[in-house]
Amino acid sequence: MASHDTAVAGNTSRPSGRERGTRVRRRRVRAAWIFLTPMLIGLLLVAGWPLMRTFWFSMTDASLSQMGGASFIGLENYLVYDDGWYGVLADSLWWNSVWNTLYFTVVSVGCETVLGIIVALVLNANFRGRTLVRAAMLIPWAIPTIVSAKMWAWMLNDQFGIINHILISLGLIDMPLAWTANADLSMWAVIIVDVWKATPFVALLVLAALQMLPSDCYEAARVDGIHPVRVFFKVTLPLITPALLVAVIFRALDALRVFDVIYVLTSNASSTMTMSVYARQQLVEFQDVGYGSAASTLLFLIIALITVAYLYLGRRQLGGDS
Amino acid sequence: MASVQLDHVSKRFGSTHVINGVSLSIEDGEFVVFVGPSGCGKSTLLRLIAGLESITDGDLMIGDQRVNNLTPQERGVGMVFQSYALYPHMSVYDNMAFGLKLEKAGKETVAERINETARILQLEPLLERKPKALSGGQRQRVAMGRAMAREPGILLFDEPLSNLDASLRVQMRNEIARLHGRLGSTMIYVTHDQVEAMTLADKIVVLRAGHIEQVGSPRTLYERPASKFVAGFIGSPAMNFMAATLVDATDTGCRVNVPGLGDIDLPFQARDVARGASLSLGIRPEHLQPGDPEGDNRFDVVNVEYLGNECCIYLDNATDTFLTSRVEAATPITRGDTVSLHLDPQHVHLFDSDERALARTGADRQ
Ligand SMILES: Nc1ncnc2c1ncn2[C@@H]1O[C@H](COP(=O)(O)OP(=O)(O)O)[C@@H](O)[C@H]1O
Ligand SMILES: [Mg+2]
Repeated sequence: MASHDTAVAGNTSRPSGRERGTRVRRRRVRAAWIFLTPMLIGLLLVAGWPLMRTFWFSMTDASLSQMGGASFIGLENYLVYDDGWYGVLADSLWWNSVWNTLYFTVVSVGCETVLGIIVALVLNANFRGRTLVRAAMLIPWAIPTIVSAKMWAWMLNDQFGIINHILISLGLIDMPLAWTANADLSMWAVIIVDVWKATPFVALLVLAALQMLPSDCYEAARVDGIHPVRVFFKVTLPLITPALLVAVIFRALDALRVFDVIYVLTSNASSTMTMSVYARQQLVEFQDVGYGSAASTLLFLIIALITVAYLYLGRRQLGGDS
Repeated sequence: MASVQLDHVSKRFGSTHVINGVSLSIEDGEFVVFVGPSGCGKSTLLRLIAGLESITDGDLMIGDQRVNNLTPQERGVGMVFQSYALYPHMSVYDNMAFGLKLEKAGKETVAERINETARILQLEPLLERKPKALSGGQRQRVAMGRAMAREPGILLFDEPLSNLDASLRVQMRNEIARLHGRLGSTMIYVTHDQVEAMTLADKIVVLRAGHIEQVGSPRTLYERPASKFVAGFIGSPAMNFMAATLVDATDTGCRVNVPGLGDIDLPFQARDVARGASLSLGIRPEHLQPGDPEGDNRFDVVNVEYLGNECCIYLDNATDTFLTSRVEAATPITRGDTVSLHLDPQHVHLFDSDERALARTGADRQ
């Protein structure tokens, strides 16, 4: 029985087997499509349609008060010459927010990765009550961003915030710092909050990967007398790289479209303005749906480009390197 | 000098005693096999010697140095794990080089050493491959190569062949034996397979529930087991045991009564045993020969296993004594026959109620 089944599945060279094999394969392809169709339709409705509409609006002069009477203006929202360059691509505030977004992404995801690995290594060690610590570690990730951002806004408050209070009582600073208002500090304030929130996510994925590691390899390394630091960089790190890459891309995609933390903590301040905040400001505050849509479309393209590049560069690792 | 001395070594995990006061001496260059049923503490004992577990009590000496508190590397041991423990992301070469690089050996000697090891183990065509692309036997050889490449004085093996199929196991067994002859390093080998133990060992250590049951050469263990446990564990098919009662004992031997076989005179020193005491008589299947049924000596043939070079005959009698006999392949006996059994007193083993073997009388002592 078993060999008969594998012959069909393996599509072997037995004459009758091959014919049956193609029929089986065709049936499988059809089944695959049947299972995929609902999801494809769902995606088209909830992602494809809004995306196409945004793209369409970005080529019109629609405003929030009169969406219906919009007329097609081509690429003028993106870039146009009319006694000087105008459009999103000519706006220095846009490029400022692109830079802010990239800076925020690289620094926060970088910190989250390093801290996440450290936390995961600690949680992977055998100690009493680690189940409890593991659960507690997840709390920042479980709190909705708006709530945690609001919470941090109070803690970072320049007059009544506990952070300033602690720093002053420790004698590290003499005067309260305006964490969210000071242009030099605000980016760091949002990065700290994001790192606090997202490190558990990275730690969780890394911890899962650590627990899959072959424990006997570590004993072999111990017998061979290899230094633990060397073992970490030469054995542990390469083996958790696939999980780490997944964690990083999830976090990077989140960070590239970051909105809530920044909007709650610093509103529209230009020192922390990201692409999402920029697009919202244009679209909602300035009522310019066309211009805001152009910014959103660019945001989409930039994220898509980075994702594709990342997947391409990481394909060997993500694919399990076979 | 890579001799190993264990002096009343014990190991506790919490309150569970896993190794109880094991004393053992292993010569430099000796091939010692730890054998015993699953869970008896073989791996733990090996890991104590390797330095992967700490010794709760007792002394471990390597050469003339006490090594209880030294790291595995300082003890100069190499280990081959049951699951191979190869680094999955490294090539065969890197797997072997990983432990070597640290010893501050120059680049040149690292490559030389690995190539030499690869040549001995016939791994040369595989050096660039990842473990995933190797068969079980090849992985096994890489694991051995990695342990060997550092040229440790003592090589430890924890059931290295248990994941291989039967024919490969025989082949690798021979390679390990050949390797031992060639390297001359001390080897300590753990297995639950008594055939591996018999074929490889200079000296077998039979473990049972954390203590040593008997130490000896394969021949000693097979022909003169010190206890019923060893007698039953070594040899396949296992030794037959029959209940016996002591009838009489003199200086030159004793007489026992075995239900179904009657009174038998045996060359054992049983003067210290009370008359009428119940004993256990052991006889290996090849020393139990069937003949025509006579009187009470009647055994039913329950099954006959034809193995090509011999036959195993499974027997049962009216008192529910189950026995195995090993005869030549051409035997006319078939299932359903009734036979008598004859045992050669020279090959009988006698165990007292504590399961210790009784001593043989002077003339027969070896
Ligand atoms: N780390 C440990 N903690 C607690 N008990 C252990 C540990 N390692 C082994 N044991 C116990 O010690 C006994 C012997 O184990 P082991 O040496 O692996 O047996 P073997 O290799 O002979 O099959 C077993 O009963 C096992 O449950
Ligand atoms: Mg074991």
